[in-house]
Amino acid sequence: MTTSTSLAYLIALPLAGAVILLLAGRKADKWGHLLATALSASSFGVGIYQLTQMLAREPEERAFSQKLFSWISVGTFNVDAGLLLDQLSICFVLLITGVGTLIHIYSISYMSHDPDRRRFFAYLNLFIAAMLLLVLGDSYLNLYVGWEGVGLASYLLIGFWNQKPAYATASKKAFVMNRIGDMGLSFAIMIAFATLGTVSFSGVKEASETASTAALTGIGIMLLVAAAGKSAQFPLQAWLGDAMAGPTPVSALIHAATMVTAGVYLITRSNFIFDAAPTAQLLVVIVGAITLTFGALVGTAKDDIKKALAASTMSQIGYMILAAGLGPAGYAFAIMHLLTHGFFKAGMFLGAGSVMHGMNDQVNMRRYGALRKFMPITFATFGLGYLAIIGVPPFAGFYSKDAIIETAFNAGGLKGILLGSTALLGAAITAFYMTRVMVLTFTSPERWEEDQHPHESPFLMWLPMAVLAVGSVTTGYLFTRGDGLVHWLEPVFGEHGEHEEFLPAIVVSGMAITAVIIGVAIALIKYQFSDVDAEAPENVTEFTRIARRDLFQDSFNESIFMRPGQVLTRFFVKVDDSVVDGTVRLVGRTALSAGSELRKTQTGFARSYAALILIGAVVLIAAIWVVTQ
Amino acid sequence: MNPYNYLYLAALLFTIGAVGVVVRRNAIVVFMCVELMLNAANLTLVTFSRINGTLDGQVVAFFTMVVAACEVVVGLAIIVTIYRSRRSASVDDASLLKR
Repeated sequence: MTTSTSLAYLIALPLAGAVILLLAGRKADKWGHLLATALSASSFGVGIYQLTQMLAREPEERAFSQKLFSWISVGTFNVDAGLLLDQLSICFVLLITGVGTLIHIYSISYMSHDPDRRRFFAYLNLFIAAMLLLVLGDSYLNLYVGWEGVGLASYLLIGFWNQKPAYATASKKAFVMNRIGDMGLSFAIMIAFATLGTVSFSGVKEASETASTAALTGIGIMLLVAAAGKSAQFPLQAWLGDAMAGPTPVSALIHAATMVTAGVYLITRSNFIFDAAPTAQLLVVIVGAITLTFGALVGTAKDDIKKALAASTMSQIGYMILAAGLGPAGYAFAIMHLLTHGFFKAGMFLGAGSVMHGMNDQVNMRRYGALRKFMPITFATFGLGYLAIIGVPPFAGFYSKDAIIETAFNAGGLKGILLGSTALLGAAITAFYMTRVMVLTFTSPERWEEDQHPHESPFLMWLPMAVLAVGSVTTGYLFTRGDGLVHWLEPVFGEHGEHEEFLPAIVVSGMAITAVIIGVAIALIKYQFSDVDAEAPENVTEFTRIARRDLFQDSFNESIFMRPGQVLTRFFVKVDDSVVDGTVRLVGRTALSAGSELRKTQTGFARSYAALILIGAVVLIAAIWVVTQ
Repeated sequence: MNPYNYLYLAALLFTIGAVGVVVRRNAIVVFMCVELMLNAANLTLVTFSRINGTLDGQVVAFFTMVVAACEVVVGLAIIVTIYRSRRSASVDDASLLKR
């Protein structure tokens, strides 16, 4: 493996931006956003440079590493703070810095009226640095630092407008639910250290060949918990919808394109663990399948455009997790869907931000309509993203999603049929709810509130949207041309033998496209060709009612975890008050009353003191005499 | 003569002194009783010095006398001052430090 000294710049540049902007305070208000954008862009430049360096080498020698310093050195346990750039992490580096820079540019305009724009850019830079550390760390411990860093940045940015109590609560909810996942990651690291004696990726990979299946299953399940927390997967999915409280660029960057995909990165990075632990791998598939259905169902009922997109993100990451759980056949497709999803979902979130920008921050889609005429560029870019996500050929989503559905069918036996059908059903529902978003926002008749003057967004906002739209159109074809991405990632994931095809690829593609057409058709009939109420109707089916309440995810969490937790807390408070404090107070009271009783012996008569001394001395001498006899 | 008799005498003197301190009210008498106890202790020291044939006890007895002399100076001064201000030398009257 070759070493490089310039990897650290990738992280150092945006980190420096965050530090400067946060320390400079109001002085940086004038130029802070420009500095942050420039640093993010230069980090992207370093990423491109690293890619060219990589391409100049043989496939086996493309990975770079850089040791920064010796972090922990205790006995035989050594952890270096080191960076590793291989074929997998370069994909993420370019996605994070590329999409990140575009979103910086977008935010310059989007946040221009916000008095705290500098702080916003400082947090964005902090996020970029932390996310790069997450994907560049060469051990689970280094990854963990970045993992916590992105959690912090996410928390700060969801609660960016924390003057609204609901937004502050949303950020706390995201943070607390993420803690559960973080705990899973720390347990995974502890188990790895206890059983394998190392926490570096290369060390664990080597040790996993001889380790017991039980240990690897334990690590795998804990890693899955971590991934579920960060990537909003079942059963830790409830925070993502509320995370939309953050400014829209944040939703695009953190809660669609990058941070929420960290779980997919973690699982694909740990492919050697899951390959050796079939139980954990099966759980990954199940979690992915549940979440992709769950998110899709929730997405059908949401009227808030950002929440509909958030539900869709959850569902699409479900696809990625599903693919990652399919073993060597699926890892590359998980990453491919992650990258294409990064383009089209970020583009659509920016489009949603653009719509909100033109509609006085209205988020209710029932109050949109007919915006195609007023926002042609937003309509075009959002539309391309839409075609990509529902999987219309030849747009990006078709290639990546089709590959996942096909791999799911090829998993073999009943498992393959179940997973494939779920993925196929998910594709149909995706087509339905995304068409619903599209129709309600852009093509149905207008249902605006009064005093709305929709207008196209400025150049700085539509430029990133246009770039991302180009990405949503082309990336799928580029990645699949000659199995480019699959071969590129082979050194990381290992080659996989040819699977028996359950169904010919063309048949699966046909089924997927049919599913999409059915979904689109239902949505068109329901929303384009019939009237839509401006208020959410109350006389809806039981299913819609449940889906509007996120399939009872919050009620479930509240009744199973929150309320019993509160009861337990109150119980402990009572125990603390009565038992712990009671004991302390009792000791104090005893000392006090003993003191006031003893005080009565202080008569002030010198003779009584003398008598007491005498008696004491006599008793003491008598005691000594008795003992020594 | 049996040197232990000196010890009996010293014990007797010490007892008289101790009882005097506890029983008498007049500060001057109490003070003299204290001196009596000190000298009883001195007597024991000298006696043990004699019994053991070393000079250590006698040296300590000299120290005790010097300290006792200093104590007499300070103690009498206090007693005289109290008498001047309260017109009484009773130790029970000077009980202002109670509680």
